[in-house]
Amino acid sequence: MDSVNAKYVSQKISKTRWRPVSHSTLQQPDIFATGSWDNEDNKISFWSIGESGSSSLDDGFEGDPQLLCEHKHDGDVLDLQFLDQDKIVTTSSTGAVTIFRHHQNSQTISVSQRWPGVHCYPCDNAPCTGVVCSSPEIVTVGEDGRIVVFRADQEGVVRVIENADSSTIHAVTYLRTTEILTVNSIGQLKLWDFRQQSNSPSQILSLSGDRVPLHCVDRHPNQQHIVATGGQDGMLCVWDIRQGSAPFSLMEAHSAEMWEVHFHPTNPDHLFTCSEDGSLLHWETSAQSDMPSFLQGGRNNSMISRSAMAPAGGNQSLISAWLNGDSSKGRVETTHMLPSQTLSVNSLDVLGQCLVCGTDGEAIFVNRQVPV
Amino acid sequence: MEELDVEPAITNIPAASDGKHLGFAWGPGDLLVYETLYKASSGAKGSGCSFIHEVRKDEDIYSPILRKLFNESHHIFVGLQTIQEDLPSKNKKPQFVSISKNYRSVIRACMEELQQVAVSTKDAKVAMQYGNQVSILLAIELIWNLSEVLFIDSAPAGSLLLHLLDWVRLHKADVDEKATEVLQSESPAEHKDYWDVVLSYVMQGRLEESRQMLVKQATLHPAPRSMYKLMDTLLSKMPFYNPGGNQTLTEYDVKWRHWHEEVDRCLQDNSFASNKHLEIICRILVGDEDTLLEHKELLGTWYHFLVTRLLFSHPTVQPTELHYYAQSCMTMFLDSRSVPEPLDNILLAAFEFDIHQVIKECSIALNNWWFVAHLTDLLDHCKLLQSHNVHFGSNLREFLLLEYASGLFTHHSLWQLAVDYFDHCPDLGRVYLELQIERVPLNTERKALKVLRICEQRQMSEQVRSICKIMAMRALKNNRLGSALSWSIRAKDAAFATLISERFLQDYCARGTFSDLDLIDNLGPAMLLSDRLTFLGKYREFHRLYGEKRFGEAAKLLLSLMTAKIAPRSFWMTLLTDALPLLEQKEVIFSAGQTYELMFCLEELTSSLSSVAPATDGTMQDEDIEQTKVELLRLALARNLAMAIVKEGTVST
Repeated sequence: MDSVNAKYVSQKISKTRWRPVSHSTLQQPDIFATGSWDNEDNKISFWSIGESGSSSLDDGFEGDPQLLCEHKHDGDVLDLQFLDQDKIVTTSSTGAVTIFRHHQNSQTISVSQRWPGVHCYPCDNAPCTGVVCSSPEIVTVGEDGRIVVFRADQEGVVRVIENADSSTIHAVTYLRTTEILTVNSIGQLKLWDFRQQSNSPSQILSLSGDRVPLHCVDRHPNQQHIVATGGQDGMLCVWDIRQGSAPFSLMEAHSAEMWEVHFHPTNPDHLFTCSEDGSLLHWETSAQSDMPSFLQGGRNNSMISRSAMAPAGGNQSLISAWLNGDSSKGRVETTHMLPSQTLSVNSLDVLGQCLVCGTDGEAIFVNRQVPV
Repeated sequence: MEELDVEPAITNIPAASDGKHLGFAWGPGDLLVYETLYKASSGAKGSGCSFIHEVRKDEDIYSPILRKLFNESHHIFVGLQTIQEDLPSKNKKPQFVSISKNYRSVIRACMEELQQVAVSTKDAKVAMQYGNQVSILLAIELIWNLSEVLFIDSAPAGSLLLHLLDWVRLHKADVDEKATEVLQSESPAEHKDYWDVVLSYVMQGRLEESRQMLVKQATLHPAPRSMYKLMDTLLSKMPFYNPGGNQTLTEYDVKWRHWHEEVDRCLQDNSFASNKHLEIICRILVGDEDTLLEHKELLGTWYHFLVTRLLFSHPTVQPTELHYYAQSCMTMFLDSRSVPEPLDNILLAAFEFDIHQVIKECSIALNNWWFVAHLTDLLDHCKLLQSHNVHFGSNLREFLLLEYASGLFTHHSLWQLAVDYFDHCPDLGRVYLELQIERVPLNTERKALKVLRICEQRQMSEQVRSICKIMAMRALKNNRLGSALSWSIRAKDAAFATLISERFLQDYCARGTFSDLDLIDNLGPAMLLSDRLTFLGKYREFHRLYGEKRFGEAAKLLLSLMTAKIAPRSFWMTLLTDALPLLEQKEVIFSAGQTYELMFCLEELTSSLSSVAPATDGTMQDEDIEQTKVELLRLALARNLAMAIVKEGTVST
């Protein structure tokens, strides 16, 4: 807990994202972006946590995030993604999608491209709730139940799927390069294949019965069939897209809406979730520490069948620990990462050993020594 | 009518010219003012000003830096409320003191940031505004610190003075700046402020530091070295009470008197007569009020004078005696002409241990409830505010918290903080929250979900219903039937679910296909919310079964929709028409019994229609179509019945 830095920023934070670092260098991220909501004037801001590797690690106060620059944003920032090193895509409660460019030499921000009102009702704009991008393609979803596809290098809209959902789509993520996954407010996951021209999902998975709204979704970085979602009841669901239409496991996590879930990008045995109840959880699976992870595949024979189709990627375990069994046997350990906090943690992002999250208590927390 | 404590302040509405009449409406924190016509009888004519003015009592809430104060103190406040009630109050005191210190450190942090901005800004007006805020926070911190010493920590005689010394030192920190300046100069002893610094140190009881300063002078003037040495001894020998030690207060008192007499002796035999500065120091040490008053500008304030005077004449002052000294010091220090400022009155009230007067004066002097609300809450937790009933609301603490939280609720973003404050007002907090929460503007679903969560956690079902209804209506307006249905299911609003189901069925009748299948197919138990919704779900199920060529099940379901009276009568014709293709299948799907029931339904429908028909003026064509439909149905039913009887007869034999 000592390495957690809190900074009060006078605006409620809806999204926080690290600027990507190149994979070749084993660098820690040092710049992140935040978006605010519910203010009269909302903003996107860039922050620096100082030179990585400097002496600031010893001193808790040194590493206070410093504001680099900020820019006005029309409407609440509902989602935020880095397109590349210096461009970010934001989605707004006014239904607009904007690409901002961060000029690192002058520390200024400019609007590089803007699509106003792409999410709309017949006579009003609809909030655009989520965005995912893999440069140059950008996919957004909204309360109007549409899926819109853009390209950063084109003016117009590439494709619109009208009525993709009868209720609100809350989040979206890439499953493969041509497939996306959306979650909606009646507890369904829908799989969309962009190679097909039809405007209906190629697969629908759902929670049985309760129709609990899902708010966030993230895909396992290495094993593309494993997906984690979080919903209104604070439950963490892990799904195997290949196996049936119901979640593989359900784990009790938070006491209120789970706003975001993220696998650690390079160490996917770790997962992070944050919630309206003001907590931030660190989930760690495969506590079988005395055995190297590549041996775990053969450990439980009954599980082999499940992984028959799993891609044998590198030295990753053949069976993802997330599908390895049930949480009741204590294979998944959770730890709280924030000191007692009462207001909602709206967003988190984790990269390398660094984690950043933003709250309704108008604070940003940065932890630079995440034990992964 | 009660007497007013202060004259109300006058606010000028800039655009409202003389001779106009103003109307107004109270908001939770603000006031709306508009121009109005005086004579109601003469009809609404004439050109009035079309502006509505918003008059805000509290501008501070919109300051970005002060927002940090609100947010951080909210966190401390919530922590304070969770301190266990059952602990004996003795054990809680250190906790309360540490919470009080937390509050103060938040104020300090905020002050420092404001100070920085005030210095760095180029806009003189902004700088002044920030400067004002800094001085207000300074005063707040001063009062809070004194309250902490006197009320929360309630230090006994002996340590009381030590605390008061700390208090003065903290708020008269300019001595240190001056001292650094002096020490950094080429020859400190010659610096013009040298003696000021020494005297200030002595008056704050920082004798060690003053001795170090004196050494510099002593080395410069070797001649009267013995004099400096004597002063050094006097300073070093002055006893201070040590609350942790095993010395009793009486022992300390005896020791101190002994020292005092020694200083007095030095003064009497003119030991320092040749050096006026040392003479002054000696007079201060002996507690000479006139000498102290001659150095007013170094003391700065009457309460510094009070503490210094106590230090050198009554170090074992009892808390109960404080007010006597405070009053006399204030009269001595302030000119007879000058009127005491609000801050003076507040501090004086604190020295008199009149907590309610302190809170009252603060409420009048400050334009924000932040300070009084939090201080009162803390004092209330310390059980210091017994049985003081206000003649409005429930009690003082709750009244102030409610006012503060209501102010927060008017803010577009800080309203979330107010919820926790309302939670900790047992009497009226819930009512306030109920009234306010419904009025939060909901521009996105995410915000609506957050507001809903607040309501659901507190079992405020009325508000939950109303918020869901708002969202459902909005979705309906935007032609998002699926969303609208989801919201009304969440609210368990049967009437609205019926309305939306009707819309779905109308759409189906008009277009022949269902929209939003993903939702309707997954209704689950939510289907039971309203009859119409059940029908919608079941009717869609019929279509699905039919589509999957599970005719037997489909037929059974279709029939049960009518016989169990789930389907509205107006829809029966459609259902019977849906039965037609099933009747026309090659194999028998409806059994004889089922066919009888279908026939019964058809007859019931036609008889009820014909009884109404004469009254209506339907076009002939429509009637014709209906008539043909009925005849077709009768024919199909009869044929099916025949086939069924034959088939059933065959099987039974």
